[in-house]
Amino acid sequence: MDRLLYLLATGLARGAVFALFALSLVLIWRAARIVNFAQGAMAVVATYVAFAVTGLTGSYWLGLGSALLAGAAIGFAVERGVMRFAPQGSPFSGVIIAIGLVMVLQSALGILFGQQHRPMAVPFDERPIMIAGVPVFSPYDLFVLVVAVAVMAALALLFTRTSLGLQLRASAFAPEVSRLLGVRVSRMLTIGWMLSAAVASLAALLLVPTELGLNPHSTDMLFVYAFTVAVVGGLDSPPGALIGGLVVGLVISLVTGYLGSTVAPIAVLVLLVVVLLVRPGGIFAAREARTA
Amino acid sequence: MSQHRAPTTRAAAVVAASALLLTVSACSTPGVAADTPGVTDDTVTIGSHQPLTGPAAAGYSSISAATSAYFDYVNDNGGINGRSIEYLVKDDGYNPATTQTVVRELVQEDEVFAILNGLGTPTHTSVLDYLNQNGVPDLFVASGSTSWNQPEEYPMTFALNADYVVEGAALARYAADEHPDAVVCLLGQDDDFGAEFIEGAETVLGADGLAAVERYSVSNQDVTAQIGAMKAAGCEINLLATVNGFTALAVGTAAKLGWFPQWISSSSGGDYPTLVGFLGEDLAPQLLQGFTSTNYLPFGPDDEWSKLFREINDEYNAGAPFDGNTVYGMSVGYLFAEALAKAGESPTRESLLAAISSGELEGNGILPLAFGEDEHAAYTGVGITTVDQGVQDFIGVTYALEGESVEEVEAKPVPLAGDGIPKP
Amino acid sequence: MTAPSFPTFASLNGAPRLTGTPRLLVTSVILTLVAIGGTFLLDPYRNYQLAVIAAYFCATAGLTMLVGLTGQLSLGHAALMAAGGYGYALTANASTDAGVDGVARFLVSLVGAVVVAGLAGLLLGLAAARLRGPYLAGLTLAVVIALPAVTSVFSGVFRGDQGLQIAYDGVPPFLRTLIAVEQWQAWVAILVTSVTVTVLAGLRRGRAGLRMRAVHGDETAARLSGVPAGRVKVFAFTMSSISAGVGGALLCFVTQSVSPGAYTLAFSLLLLVAVVIGGLGSIGGAALGAVVVVLLPWLIGTATAALELPADVEQRLSGNVSVLVFGLLLIVVTAVWPGGIAGALGRRMPRARDQVAAGTPVAPADAPPPAVPVTTSTSSVSHSIPTETER
Repeated sequence: MDRLLYLLATGLARGAVFALFALSLVLIWRAARIVNFAQGAMAVVATYVAFAVTGLTGSYWLGLGSALLAGAAIGFAVERGVMRFAPQGSPFSGVIIAIGLVMVLQSALGILFGQQHRPMAVPFDERPIMIAGVPVFSPYDLFVLVVAVAVMAALALLFTRTSLGLQLRASAFAPEVSRLLGVRVSRMLTIGWMLSAAVASLAALLLVPTELGLNPHSTDMLFVYAFTVAVVGGLDSPPGALIGGLVVGLVISLVTGYLGSTVAPIAVLVLLVVVLLVRPGGIFAAREARTA
Repeated sequence: MSQHRAPTTRAAAVVAASALLLTVSACSTPGVAADTPGVTDDTVTIGSHQPLTGPAAAGYSSISAATSAYFDYVNDNGGINGRSIEYLVKDDGYNPATTQTVVRELVQEDEVFAILNGLGTPTHTSVLDYLNQNGVPDLFVASGSTSWNQPEEYPMTFALNADYVVEGAALARYAADEHPDAVVCLLGQDDDFGAEFIEGAETVLGADGLAAVERYSVSNQDVTAQIGAMKAAGCEINLLATVNGFTALAVGTAAKLGWFPQWISSSSGGDYPTLVGFLGEDLAPQLLQGFTSTNYLPFGPDDEWSKLFREINDEYNAGAPFDGNTVYGMSVGYLFAEALAKAGESPTRESLLAAISSGELEGNGILPLAFGEDEHAAYTGVGITTVDQGVQDFIGVTYALEGESVEEVEAKPVPLAGDGIPKP
Repeated sequence: MTAPSFPTFASLNGAPRLTGTPRLLVTSVILTLVAIGGTFLLDPYRNYQLAVIAAYFCATAGLTMLVGLTGQLSLGHAALMAAGGYGYALTANASTDAGVDGVARFLVSLVGAVVVAGLAGLLLGLAAARLRGPYLAGLTLAVVIALPAVTSVFSGVFRGDQGLQIAYDGVPPFLRTLIAVEQWQAWVAILVTSVTVTVLAGLRRGRAGLRMRAVHGDETAARLSGVPAGRVKVFAFTMSSISAGVGGALLCFVTQSVSPGAYTLAFSLLLLVAVVIGGLGSIGGAALGAVVVVLLPWLIGTATAALELPADVEQRLSGNVSVLVFGLLLIVVTAVWPGGIAGALGRRMPRARDQVAAGTPVAPADAPPPAVPVTTSTSSVSHSIPTETER
């Protein structure tokens, strides 16, 4: 029982990060109809920025802020500098360009900073929080959960309650009509990319300290799992990303705890296959998946 | 549309292929083969495959740099038998397919005399047959797998590391001797490293001597579930068959749970300076106080070999961080230089192998080398080290394989002679 | 060497007006002979590289057909190659135990590889036929990621990270005095590859290829005109997988081993790089792509080694530079040169031939090649069928 509680808590904390990253993928998908395979690599660049800033100033919080800014800046640069050139005719040119971008960013980081893992410290107490005598969370895990939930709530508010959110949604779903109504669709697209990349950078920044340390490949698995989450939840659905994230986080944690860590990727694959066969557009797909 | 274009493309392919063949053949005439590949009047060329890039590269790329630095030192001091050693290191990214390509390139294009210290079990396994079929000496493989010690099947291949079975047995023996009533558990990598280490530990502790055995895979950098399970099982001593990064993860994750058991790690994941790199300068001394591991190479702050290697590191390796990998890399260089020196005035592949099999090599370890006609293992024993106040050193307890079982023995460190350059 | 040399080539063989399947066969025989002749000009290491290129070519040819013709983007072809490699190694080891060796063992093992890769491809294809674009890409991505896990969970069969080793196939006795083992391996790889690719090319230009294009162009329209879209997709995926599996088997034959570490996500992406820079849908492009992904890292490695850089700089550059170049190529080719190398060459060398030359200019290569025969209406499907039979 203790064991189960513990695994559930761990899975929840990890799942929150997956959900956040998956949400960033959903944002881009909704705005640009592109699965951004470069999201992980872009986020890791922003995390390097945060690492540098924290190293220079000694402040974790300045690093966190700079990661968000850097993430937005990278989103801007990628949208304006690269993705604009994706030919519209071919359905997967966006995916292929994004994959090219992953290669460019990761190898550039490798050339500049080398392959070694750089430890990232966090300003939190290492002592665990006990519930009923069972250590469930470290304070950092709690911080991760709170931040993830807060950011998701803020995004929900942004999209449903503000004029900017309305414009973002409008230009994603009906670009021509929105343009006629005076929405600057192109600018909305760029804002969507910036927002998404910033969220992804935050997720990466939250995850890296729990792993070996920062290196150019730090977000490889995060991307794969978050992508699974987004597909499981439905690429069109932000609530799907949230719930999918928690489901995948819990599945990985429970499978690792009870069956062994080697089985985890297989479990994720099985989950993906089952969901896709039952609902090819993801659990929360409102309608049949569009032709990508 | 594309079907109309296809023949054009094929024509293009013919053109391109012919052009390629011409250019390639033009520059492909192999050099005049000497009697012994890789040996000229004033050089000996050897090669290695190492993970310099890719996710698995972290923590290993410093080994070959240290070996190169040692060879630079030897070459600046006249070389071995008047020949300087050229060390060609090729990156394989820890990918067996790439290993096969770069090793062929070393053997066929660069015509190396021998392959030295190829790193990694899966990577080196993929070229084991190739090297032995082509009669290329395959020296001092950087992995503790027992595969390298099969003189009948692989006469060209020699190991260096104490193998994982011996390490597992020695550490389990130490745990049982020091803490007879403690609950002993084990965290291991889910490959041969973990499996052989577990095998060794169980020969000492019995099949049910380990209260919990958890495995992790390198692709998943989250060991919270495993550490949680070990804590729940009431483990007091944790044996680790982990690489450095995962040793740090295990120790760090346990600390986050408020759990501070005794850690006893394989030498592959027990290098203190490397662990500090992962855990950070401030936390590491607290978390790793009492951390126990093994080593078989010269070691510790006052050791004369270490002092020499430190000087070489400063002068020839641009003062790179000095850690266990540095000592390991330079010891590899020393051992090869010694074998080359003993292989005679005009070394051949046969004389090199004979020199190693003769049993006359001394190396620089804390125990005599085990090499012989029927023995291709280098070290069959290990010394126990611990960390105290941020300093890792031998504690004077040494275990070695005696027949079938691991027993405590007297260490016999090889003293440094002269300038650390082997004489014929 | 310019384009017109090719028809001359064909006329030398007394078949200046060959069309359809005979033409394909003649072309493939000629190319195979050229390649085999070429092995005499190469030293052992380059023959090894040639064998590897041939193995990669099998995989890229299958992938380019899948992506270019049916529009199914697979990021998992490395796993399918691995399936072929493991099928080959397991059959080879079983044959060795049963006392079979030499050519018989090779052929039996190759069949093993085809069966395993075919089954894997069929299963994946069944799932894939229901999925679109990013969902399929995601599924195939998860398959590659799960490969090492599968080999280590079933380590009794696949031997985990270390993979399987197989017995060595030397040069057959009657050739032993003539050629080195690397040249022999290159011959085998070239022969097997040419058979595989010829089959693919035959499919591509025949009825099957037409149906694939139809499904890609507009699935609904294709269904309406009686093309069983689901079956076409599954068939394409299975053939593509078999082709990749043969590539994996050849790699296993050349290197006598197969292990999960060789078939990573990075390798899968490299195959994608090959087909994109070669030109999606083009078999010739797949060949060029295979050449580029094998030779470019080696050229860059040789170049950086020649620069005599400081050790730590060289260490950082090694490996990373070729990935950087591949990434840039992928972006630039997709954005400004969507036909890839093949498209660009095709544009530069318009050939006066058949109906194409009859006044109609060769369409610009940057139109998405496969979608053209069937664009929006069902009528164009029926148009393109007679076109095909005319040839």
